[in-house]
Amino acid sequence: MNPVIPMIASTVVAATPLIYAALGETVVEKSGVLNLGIEGMMLIGAVSGFAATLASGSDTVGFIAAAGAGVALSLAFGFLTLNLQTNQVATGLALTLFGIGLSAFVGHDLAGTPLPPLPAIDIPVLTNIPVIGDLFFHYDIMVYLSLVLFAGVQWFLTRSHAGLTLRAIGESPSVAHAIGKPVLTTRYLAVMFGGACAGIAGAYLSLVQTPMWVEGMSAGKGWIALALVVFGTWKPARVVLGAYLFGGVTQFQLFAQGFGLPIPTEFLSMLPYAATIIVLVIICRDPKTILLNQPASLGISFHAAA
Amino acid sequence: MKLDKRRKSLRLTIAAGLVVTSSVAASAAEPLKVGFVYLGPVKDGGWTQMHDQARLKLEQALGSKIKTTFVENVPETADSERIFRQLASDGNKLIFATSFGYMEPLQKVGKLFPNVKFEHVNGFKTAANIVVYEPRFEEGFYLIGTIAGLMTKSNTLGFIGSFPIPSVMRNIDSMTLGALAVNPNVKMKPIWVNTWYDPGKERQAAVTLIAESADNVAQNTDSPASIQVAQEKGTYAFSIDADMSSFGPKAQLTGTTEDWSGYYIAETKKVLDGTWTGNRHTRWGLKEGMVVMAPLNPAIPPATVKVFEDTKSKLISGALKPFAGPIADNTGTEKVAAGKALTDTDPAFNSVNWYVKGIEGSAPK
Repeated sequence: MNPVIPMIASTVVAATPLIYAALGETVVEKSGVLNLGIEGMMLIGAVSGFAATLASGSDTVGFIAAAGAGVALSLAFGFLTLNLQTNQVATGLALTLFGIGLSAFVGHDLAGTPLPPLPAIDIPVLTNIPVIGDLFFHYDIMVYLSLVLFAGVQWFLTRSHAGLTLRAIGESPSVAHAIGKPVLTTRYLAVMFGGACAGIAGAYLSLVQTPMWVEGMSAGKGWIALALVVFGTWKPARVVLGAYLFGGVTQFQLFAQGFGLPIPTEFLSMLPYAATIIVLVIICRDPKTILLNQPASLGISFHAAA
Repeated sequence: MKLDKRRKSLRLTIAAGLVVTSSVAASAAEPLKVGFVYLGPVKDGGWTQMHDQARLKLEQALGSKIKTTFVENVPETADSERIFRQLASDGNKLIFATSFGYMEPLQKVGKLFPNVKFEHVNGFKTAANIVVYEPRFEEGFYLIGTIAGLMTKSNTLGFIGSFPIPSVMRNIDSMTLGALAVNPNVKMKPIWVNTWYDPGKERQAAVTLIAESADNVAQNTDSPASIQVAQEKGTYAFSIDADMSSFGPKAQLTGTTEDWSGYYIAETKKVLDGTWTGNRHTRWGLKEGMVVMAPLNPAIPPATVKVFEDTKSKLISGALKPFAGPIADNTGTEKVAAGKALTDTDPAFNSVNWYVKGIEGSAPK
């Protein structure tokens, strides 16, 4: 068997949850809100999605439940940071801690229960083309939907009126407010969208990638997603590219070992993180790239009266 | 990372609080108090769960003579020292520390509580009140090798390694030796993931090994992810610590699991009788029932089952040692001379850092 095709296929599966979580966060940050609670929302999504699928037997129900749970948690974040104007960084961190603990508590009795995996979609004809069929037409539906989501977010942020409003609010909420744009409502919707995406990303882990629930199964992917948003300088296309790059490097290091390349395994394990840091450093070398794309009021609370 | 630690210490504080309250409630009777310290959650489906099952069997066996307490999710850091101290000052007279990384904290706490007896799994430092116990994992992996060597069609086996420490290196070595004994053409591909537990990464490692034509993949990591992958791809896998066949009924051929209850009951009885002594290092295997093979998959042909059973009884009787010479490493250097066997009484046994012939790549140092 040619190992390159499984390597690419595995990269896509590894990158998909990152794409969901990072695209959601991109929209949140574009509205000027910094939500560091992705990891917590992912875990809550993972456990709710798993429980719902287990109870209903339907993956669709699982993903909807996961998105709902992510939204519920993000609403708590929204209430604290948008209404009560708490510090966004601290509140986001608290959300992560809360999500980790709550998911472990809720999922205590679910651990060790198996679940059948989501089947790959077989598209007649296309799936059977050698190489190309395996490369492009042999994934589960959530992989394709992640690309639909990308197209949607890209269109929304750059081509739609609402997206323009959202970006304006992210740049200067007071100006947007002065010309009558609904700052709080828009930010709430963005935060909820981010919560739903993070929930789905979590459910992708517990329903598709490794169909099981284990405590802390997101293993830091929420933080990687956050880094990807900066890595992609808040541009959806670059965020998606970054997710595939990170997934690819993770996968490559395992293949490198399998081929018996004489590189220390500790070094290989470090590669995905090192690659991310290096790219971040390269991006930040030109301060303009960051400055031009970073929402100007990111992480700053907005008082309508001010 | 930092966050993770914070979360854990928060939990520890809560856990420690619970220990205190439960002891106040129980101070009326005078049973022997036995404490258990676990690395993971009790329902982790593997390592910690097996220890907790043994704790429950211990309670069943000795009834009102003892009272057990456990603290789960205890990280292998200075935090664990607090938990040991808490359990000891709480009146627990016998404490089982069920992870390798508790070794140094245990040494410290052991000195502070000379009247408390400590049992440490897989370590190598003993004291007047600290003993070490360890399963002969290599026997289980040798038998996995027997099955894998006979079931492989591609003559390529895979191994998902956690960390290249001696006890894990012995497992990949003995699995390879077991496979070579029944099929001289097999080769072994290792992948190290540098974690004990990361389902996503374990899954990717399994996908990689299968893509590189390894059709029988064993693991030294803790999640059932690789068994799920094998089930999807129609290849074979082997569980560790617990029977994971529910995650891949067609894929899991067998596995190596542990039953700690015999040892826990024996040691607790010794404390009750006053015959417990320190400075011991106990290694139990198939013979003593600490290493137990997971049920064999019905897909294994009877002829293979017979070879498996024969090998197993030879390991139990001692007629066969997993590391019986001659053994050369994969660079050709002789490691065990013909006619000799490397066993746990040999200091070199605790420093195995070489791949036997048949394993691809160079051994991580």
